[in-house]
Amino acid sequence: MTLLDIALFGQTAVLMGTPLLLAALGEILTEKAGHMNLGVEGMMLAGAAAGFIAGFYTNSPALAFAAAGAAGAAGALIYAVLTVSLRANQIVTGFVLTIFLSGVANFVGSDLGNSTLGDGFTSVGDGGSFFSSIPFFGPVLFEQSRYVHFSLIMAAAVWIYLNKTSPGLSLRMVGENPSSADAAGIPVTFYKYSHILAGGFLCGAGGACLTLVIVKRWQESATAGMGWIAIALVIFAAWGPLKAVFGAYLFGALRGLSFKIQNAPISIGGRSLSVPAQILDLLPYIMTVVALILITLGKKRENQPPRSLGKPYFREER
Amino acid sequence: MDELAYVELKGIVKTFGALRANDGVDFRVNRGEIHALLGENGSGKTTLMNILTGLYRQDAGDVFVDGRRVFFRTPKDAIDSGIGMIHQHANLVDALSVEENIAAGTERTFWIDKKKLRVRISEIAESYRMLARPAAKIYSLSVGEKQAVEILKAFYRGVTTLVLDEPTSVLTPSEADALFLNLRRMRECGHAIVLITHKLNEVFDISDRVTVLRKGNSIFTSPIGATNRTELTEKMVGRAISLNIPRTAAPPARETSRPPLLDICEIVAGDGRGRFLDRVSLQVESGEIHGIAGVAGSGQRELCDAIAGLTLVTSGSVRLNGRDIRGMGPGRQRAYGVKIGYVPEDRMEMGLAGDMSISGNVMLRDFLTGLTGSNGPGKIFFNADEADALADRIIKKYDISAPGPAEPVKNLSGGNIQKVLLGREIERRPDLLITAYPVRGLDIGASTYIFELLNREKENGVGILFIGEDLDILLGLCDRVSVMRSHKLVATLDARTAAKTEIGALMAGHSGAPAL
Repeated sequence: MTLLDIALFGQTAVLMGTPLLLAALGEILTEKAGHMNLGVEGMMLAGAAAGFIAGFYTNSPALAFAAAGAAGAAGALIYAVLTVSLRANQIVTGFVLTIFLSGVANFVGSDLGNSTLGDGFTSVGDGGSFFSSIPFFGPVLFEQSRYVHFSLIMAAAVWIYLNKTSPGLSLRMVGENPSSADAAGIPVTFYKYSHILAGGFLCGAGGACLTLVIVKRWQESATAGMGWIAIALVIFAAWGPLKAVFGAYLFGALRGLSFKIQNAPISIGGRSLSVPAQILDLLPYIMTVVALILITLGKKRENQPPRSLGKPYFREER
Repeated sequence: MDELAYVELKGIVKTFGALRANDGVDFRVNRGEIHALLGENGSGKTTLMNILTGLYRQDAGDVFVDGRRVFFRTPKDAIDSGIGMIHQHANLVDALSVEENIAAGTERTFWIDKKKLRVRISEIAESYRMLARPAAKIYSLSVGEKQAVEILKAFYRGVTTLVLDEPTSVLTPSEADALFLNLRRMRECGHAIVLITHKLNEVFDISDRVTVLRKGNSIFTSPIGATNRTELTEKMVGRAISLNIPRTAAPPARETSRPPLLDICEIVAGDGRGRFLDRVSLQVESGEIHGIAGVAGSGQRELCDAIAGLTLVTSGSVRLNGRDIRGMGPGRQRAYGVKIGYVPEDRMEMGLAGDMSISGNVMLRDFLTGLTGSNGPGKIFFNADEADALADRIIKKYDISAPGPAEPVKNLSGGNIQKVLLGREIERRPDLLITAYPVRGLDIGASTYIFELLNREKENGVGILFIGEDLDILLGLCDRVSVMRSHKLVATLDARTAAKTEIGALMAGHSGAPAL
């Protein structure tokens, strides 16, 4: 393999990892507010469908992006009303949200099976600029869809927000101990709603990246479990946005690998390597299980979930 | 009292359903004063202070700060008026650092200026001569240090009236001394301090004035010099009560040919991360109350669990009446007729099932076999009449105030819950009774009753292992006291001759350095 081959593979891995990264960042924001939203898969699918429909009819990448985010946020709003205001069980609500949104997305998308999009959606950001001429990193990071750039900027922004700003600190306090946050005068409900909605927006955007940029078509249940991997990725990354970047690209590489091997069999030592496609498709999921086991074995004080994750918050009243 | 009160509550009324928690309470505290607020459980102390600190809203009555009438909707409103509360259990976020906990919710700017924050925190800490480690994570701090962080946090927010809810109940004696030193400095700085407590010796140690609440009314206020223990107890309980914890006579010496009731030799328990019992040896005789003193988490819980067969003992021996019971779980203990009663420290978690009825709870340990063995493992059905009869008997015998055997345990008051648990264990006629912090959170009346019960069992020849935290109680009630420190049993002393300071030093490991 030449450097170019490796760069091309890296490009695929990064692109494949981007929907995961966006969804994982969304889930990090949500979980930092103390809410475990298992509706990621559904919100991604909703974003994927809404983004594709908006893109197909308006031919505007910006509108498609906004529609996808709005669809994800709308799903998150249902979740927020149920779990924050009505204090419903977060796990059940998340599951139901996934089932509901998958149904809706597959229903509205059912006519779009054969539709294709214009070229505008897959255009790369900095084609031919100074950055893309950097060897390896040029093609891998800069000769990429705007979604890749957006996700990387978001990862850095979320990290700075959580660690360097006072709203970020307030958010962490809400997720760790809502009653002490309340006592400190932090508007707990506002923080929960706003970050759950922002998380939904990012999940929707991740879904759109899949249908608009990667697959370029609408497929039924296009996310194929990616939302669940994103939730695992949050644990893998120990709720850290920057670690999520590496995790997402690792999973992206596994997906890319299965793509590559299926399309062009690799030969090792003169023998061509043939692996059944199903096994290759399994890789990311197996990797998820392995990663979770490894993380759980190496438990550290710093890598724990927000303390009140999954617990409804009642202000103390007798 | 000619001077203007700094904080004044007038005619406060607060009801929860049918319960009048506060029924026209008056309370005032001045600048530069430590004011003790005394009262039994359910007398309305906590409700009153929750109103003062903005957690509850009163149904009637007024709050004045510096002569100005104020309305608090949230704790934040109260803090803005300079009133802050230190709760019994630190309300801090473990995963965040000291400075982050202090800053959260106070910063007006978007970006956090860590340098400025640190400077301000150390300034405040210095003015009260407290030590601050702003970058330390909360989980790495001791209980006393966490409390100090809470106090720093309050001052960072400009608090001038500080309410402390039973602050010493979680501290070692030396930590408590350090806290009191700090409180005195705050008084010198002109702050107003309200100290909610059960412990009379603290009241006389540190406070300037005292107010007693009973059944939602403020019934007594006096400068500390003009009152005494007997009077305060009478005001709290509503009747004269003996303050001396009665110690019944020591058991007669055991014949040397008989083995001790409980004989633990060099037991070790632990997992990969460390030992939670490190070669502990201990003997308890029949008819003896054997106290265990120590800072919370020194291995007391593990010791109890090891005897009750709930934790794995990897080496050493545990003998009851000469018989090796190491490795026997509660089920096998019952099958082999090993009779150990266990009142664990977390009553509602490990001792009882809160949502279940009193009947269900008193049968918890016997529902498989039934009380008379009538259910047997071969029989499937549970004898509900038998359970109700037992519950009725326990309710009557232990004077539990409950509507009936069907009442869920969680609806009872703390003292009654403890009586259900103790009643169940005592009615099983144990040879050895393990009680971990049996009077924690109970008021004087209920505590006295528990002590009487334990003494009665002692006279019946039961050996009692009493895990405690209050040294006055340990030295007053027990025959011998052993001290645990960092999972070792460091000494066993005769409670009749041992001094409090001696035990305090053993608990702290001789250095005795305050943790603040």
